[in-house]
Amino acid sequence: KSSVQTIGEEQIQNPYTELLVLKGHQDIVRFLVQIDDCRFASAGDDGIIFLWNAQTGEKLHELHGHTHKITAIAPFSSSDVTEEETDLIITASADRTVIVWDCTSGRQVQKVSCFHSTVKCLTVLQRLNVWLSGGSDLCVWNRKLDLLCKTTHLTDAGISALVELPKNCVAAAVGKELIIFRLSASNNGSEGWNILEVKRLVDHQDNISSLVSVNDLTFVTGSHIGELIVWDALDWTKQASECNFWDSSVHPDIQPEIKLSQSPHETSVQHLTSDEECVFAAVGKGIYVYNLQMKRVIACQRTAHDSSVLHIEKLPNRQLISCSEDGSVRIWELREKQQLPAEPVPTGFFNMWGFGRANKQASQAAKKMHENTPVYFLELVGDLIGHSSAVQMFLYFGELGLATCSADHLIILWKDGERESSLRSLTLFKKLAQNGDLQLKL
Amino acid sequence: MISAPDVVAFTREEELEDDLYREPPLPEEYSVPLFPFSGQGANPWAKVAGSKFTRDFILISEFSEQVGPQPLLTIPDDAKVSGTFDLNYFSLRIMSVDYQASFVGHPPGSAYPKLNFVEDSKVVLGDSKEGAFAYVHHLTLYDLEARGFVRPFCMAYISADEHKIMQQFQELSTEFSKASECLKTGNRKAFANELEKKLKDLDYTRTVLHNETEQQKKANDKGYYTTQAIEKANELASVEKSIIEHQDLLRQIRSYPYRKLKDSEFHPYEPECALDRADVGSDQDPTASDPAEPGETHLYTHVPSYTPKLIKAKSAKCFDKKLKTLEELCDVYFFTQTLDQLHHIERTFRGDVCYLLTEQISRALLKQQSVTNFLFEDMSFLEEKPPEKQYRGCQGLGQDAIDEKCLEESLAPKVVISLGSYKSSVECVPIKMEQEMEDSEEPKMSESVMSEHQENLDYLDADIKGSISSGESIEVLGTEKSASGLTKSESQASLPVMPSPQAGRSKVGSRRTVSEDSIEVLSTCPSESLIPEDFKASYPSAINEEPYADDDEGGLRFTPRVNPAVDGDDGQDDASKQESLVQVDAACCIGKESPNFLEPLPELGQKPCEEDGVVRIPPQPYRPAEQGLRGGFPAHDCLSGGLLPYELDSRYLSGSREVSKSSLDECSDSTSYISSAASTCSDRTPSPAQPGGAAGDRHRKRAGQNALRFIRQYPFAHPAIYSLLSGRTLVVLGEDEAMVKRLVTALSIFVPNCGAYAKPVKHWVTSALHLVDFQKWKLIGLQRAVSPAGVNVLHALSRYSRYLSILDADSKTLRCPLYKGTVVARLADHRTQIKRGSTYYMHVQSILTQLCSKAFLFTFCHHLHLPISEREPEESVVNRRMNFLKLQLGLANEDIKIVQYLAELLKLHYIQEPGQGGNPLLRFDYVPSFLYKI
Repeated sequence: KSSVQTIGEEQIQNPYTELLVLKGHQDIVRFLVQIDDCRFASAGDDGIIFLWNAQTGEKLHELHGHTHKITAIAPFSSSDVTEEETDLIITASADRTVIVWDCTSGRQVQKVSCFHSTVKCLTVLQRLNVWLSGGSDLCVWNRKLDLLCKTTHLTDAGISALVELPKNCVAAAVGKELIIFRLSASNNGSEGWNILEVKRLVDHQDNISSLVSVNDLTFVTGSHIGELIVWDALDWTKQASECNFWDSSVHPDIQPEIKLSQSPHETSVQHLTSDEECVFAAVGKGIYVYNLQMKRVIACQRTAHDSSVLHIEKLPNRQLISCSEDGSVRIWELREKQQLPAEPVPTGFFNMWGFGRANKQASQAAKKMHENTPVYFLELVGDLIGHSSAVQMFLYFGELGLATCSADHLIILWKDGERESSLRSLTLFKKLAQNGDLQLKL
Repeated sequence: MISAPDVVAFTREEELEDDLYREPPLPEEYSVPLFPFSGQGANPWAKVAGSKFTRDFILISEFSEQVGPQPLLTIPDDAKVSGTFDLNYFSLRIMSVDYQASFVGHPPGSAYPKLNFVEDSKVVLGDSKEGAFAYVHHLTLYDLEARGFVRPFCMAYISADEHKIMQQFQELSTEFSKASECLKTGNRKAFANELEKKLKDLDYTRTVLHNETEQQKKANDKGYYTTQAIEKANELASVEKSIIEHQDLLRQIRSYPYRKLKDSEFHPYEPECALDRADVGSDQDPTASDPAEPGETHLYTHVPSYTPKLIKAKSAKCFDKKLKTLEELCDVYFFTQTLDQLHHIERTFRGDVCYLLTEQISRALLKQQSVTNFLFEDMSFLEEKPPEKQYRGCQGLGQDAIDEKCLEESLAPKVVISLGSYKSSVECVPIKMEQEMEDSEEPKMSESVMSEHQENLDYLDADIKGSISSGESIEVLGTEKSASGLTKSESQASLPVMPSPQAGRSKVGSRRTVSEDSIEVLSTCPSESLIPEDFKASYPSAINEEPYADDDEGGLRFTPRVNPAVDGDDGQDDASKQESLVQVDAACCIGKESPNFLEPLPELGQKPCEEDGVVRIPPQPYRPAEQGLRGGFPAHDCLSGGLLPYELDSRYLSGSREVSKSSLDECSDSTSYISSAASTCSDRTPSPAQPGGAAGDRHRKRAGQNALRFIRQYPFAHPAIYSLLSGRTLVVLGEDEAMVKRLVTALSIFVPNCGAYAKPVKHWVTSALHLVDFQKWKLIGLQRAVSPAGVNVLHALSRYSRYLSILDADSKTLRCPLYKGTVVARLADHRTQIKRGSTYYMHVQSILTQLCSKAFLFTFCHHLHLPISEREPEESVVNRRMNFLKLQLGLANEDIKIVQYLAELLKLHYIQEPGQGGNPLLRFDYVPSFLYKI
């Protein structure tokens, strides 16, 4: 029997009462990337990239060019005033090519196929107007797809994640290591760049699975065995770390029967996201909220889903959306509960706990703080059931809704039914006026 | 679905509903005494003085030059139908009123015989002795061997119900014209073939004769010609003349469609199925469908090889020779096509006039509701070729927006139009005269004089005159020109309006006394010769017919201002100059003479009830009333206070009924006036088959029956129906395919359409359902299986349970949201007294129509969806919206969701671009479901 919290059919706070199924892909859809306010691209194992209108669900373009599955995708919108405003997307595939596409025309702009290994990640450094590809080595390209510089062969496994850091630095996750590279203008050429390895950080015990930049001063990494390390982005030192999310024995207030298995899969940090205050981690089946200031997990949902959480995202309105291999998408809200000191931690009713937990260095202080700080908890406010297989990723479009992609080859656009209805009314009356039918007798 | 179903007396069921109908009979004391005259299976609505035939039929007769008028065939081809009715006698009757100016032969001053392309004439006549009334359509076919090359035929639609004929005149005329056009097209082809053969024969004969003459010349070395030689020479000359004549005829017949095309009224017959024509041969082009084609010249060229025969010099037409049959005259293919068309006519007009009219009215109204009709209507039903009159009505609505403002302006042209028809009705007199004094220059003169004179004549005088001048006691009540324009025929129905009902009735009475003979021609169309431009010079009498064409302009020549002496051209000039004046004049003169030429306003219309309170007026053909709304909108007054749309509707309906209460009723003999449902056939024949096919009808009936049964059997029918109406997919789960399908059929009548395509209903699915299915289907029959696959199916059901209502047909449970509204209770009352499937179906349709109109109002009220001012907060709009739904539309609880869903569908349908399919979207609510058990 699953201990996963359920919400039932009555979901007042769930705004998504309308859906559109976007069909087109013939295999697992793994990536969704936003191009602009109303367009997004989807890509997956079938090697095709689709461009969609997020409002109407209309298929704008179908980009064919890759022969294998897509491994990375990144939007590259030019902010350069001298050039014509074009939205580009860069896609990397297992066929060891990278293609740059024009989103407006749906055409292939350029194709690079000089890679020795599959490019697993792409990062655009908008500020420098260059983009980086990470495979077995790290390459720096300019807009015109000229190779500016590259590192030596790093590892066969390749770079799994890249993140931009201040001062022209990037952090690359290579296996268990985190390598900091610095980009510098070369002395001899005008457009030349050099890339230098600055530092190797080897604090993780296992492969780094996620890497996210919080702000200019901090970035966070997570590993397969559930370590979370907060780094200083300027001097690349470890600020704080949190591990053993799964270890229930550390938490005295957790009932023993909810002890989770310790398989690495269950504790892997699948995805990280953050706002200014907190880092949200998808660890195994659970979601954890780590407060950067308090340096502890302030709220968690140990079994948020029936199986691994694949992607989480923080919404502006204190809400959190998570998607999982079990095919569902859940909407959570981070709520604050002022706890009276005498009262015991409420447990059981919703399987929810607000608990304070400090890391080892400050455990005593944290214990004290626990007494008078607000207790947070994640409340389930809605779930979206539509996909019949793992939901790989989703893209939050604000008012336009939510796009989810899944292993069942579908993309679903979830929309606010009320809003759509009034939009349709607006269109209706516009069309009426256009047709000259608006001769209502009063 | 608009017309109230229970008012219509004949919502017939062919087979009695099996178990619903097996109820214990009423105790004797409660039962209504049976209709006293009822024999076995007699129809209490039928005329007491019954006619001798059992139901309406179509008769084709010929005026044979050998034996006189004779019936050829009847449709349906069943001896029982015509019964003891004397077809021979009736043929004689109908063939004796042929108004076709069927002049063929050698016109004076012309060297060659001319084919006269005669317009068909359309006559309504009644035979009170026989109790038969008929629409008679005369036509002539060409036959090289016939006298004057023509064979007069006629097709007649015979019914015992005079009103049916009168009311459906326009429709009948259109349909029969099609049949006639088909026959004539075939005939032209056959005639051309015949001519070509004849020409070959003649050619051959000439060669032979020529050779013989040459031989004789050679053999004859005396200096003089023998009588034999002279004879041969004469023969040769006559053959040559004959060749020229026949060539000329061939040229005429070939150029016919080419010329006809100039006439906008001409609708060339186009076969429906090109494949069928393979046997006819590729040479048979659809007649002149392409104006760029060089006429029909190449059409008849590839004639199968033919061995010419020698023609005897004196092959006199003799009486013992066998005349061609109709089939031979028209080519087998076209003949069968015509028969099909006639069968179609028979089927279309089968049944009571009341039923026909109701059907037509409701279809016309439905057609107008272009915004909402897709929801619950069978689109195939709507897309059918509409009855002509209705179509016109809608067009009128669409084209000219008759606002109150422009009502005055539009009135004047109308007057002129009705004047035009008035004129044509009077002109039956000149026609008769013209036939008597043939080919003189006189008729034109007399006609214009007559028409001038007519002004001062009473209408009745014209009538009597007409009947006297005809030399027989045939009374011409009204005529209609076959080449009637759109507007004109609109006014046609109201043409013989009497100044007042009383006067009209007395006149009719007096007319009756005058007439001794039992044949009364109630309406006729003057025939009109179609003479090509180039023939006019050599064919003076043709010019005399010409004024008819001008008359189409709207009876301008009828005004007192027009000088009768001016010839056609000048007259027209004059007329156009005076057009504005004429309109005023016409209005005045009508005001004095015959106020009823104006369409009576709804308020002024006669009461639909007679003094004795019995409704005697059958529903009248629909015609556009004043409250038209532009742009194909339903004529709902969107924001007109608290009037609910259905109230408007009913008012609208009755209004149009009054408006169109045409004078035809009054024209008819008041003594023989029988209740509207006076068709003998109506009870014994199946109800008129929908042109779409009886299948749809039967399907509706069965669905209605099943739905009734469902409502009675399942106490939780209401929430199930609510699910369907609010767009929540209902899955009917069961092991037995037949049972599930029956349930799905029953429930399908409640499913709103999402677009103009088929209903979103899937009768039987065996695999697991997916989200995409709920987008596509709103009602699904699902197999419950014990196999592992079945487990999957059930798993999917529980996973997607929030989008679904599940009706378990095996355990008789329903899992769906709660329903507390009132609409469904009216829709599906398990204590309903309705017993018949089709009646219930119509009941459902009428309530759904009400829902549709509410949804329409809700959708198209601007302020309900959008803020009035920029700064108005969203909440106040929402409040206004909810208030409207609750207070204005009177909806309670879940009913609001139904209307909202329908409104959403309306929006989507309206917004959708025509070419674009549009993504189907799935709307749902997060509401708890409940489990219902029996």
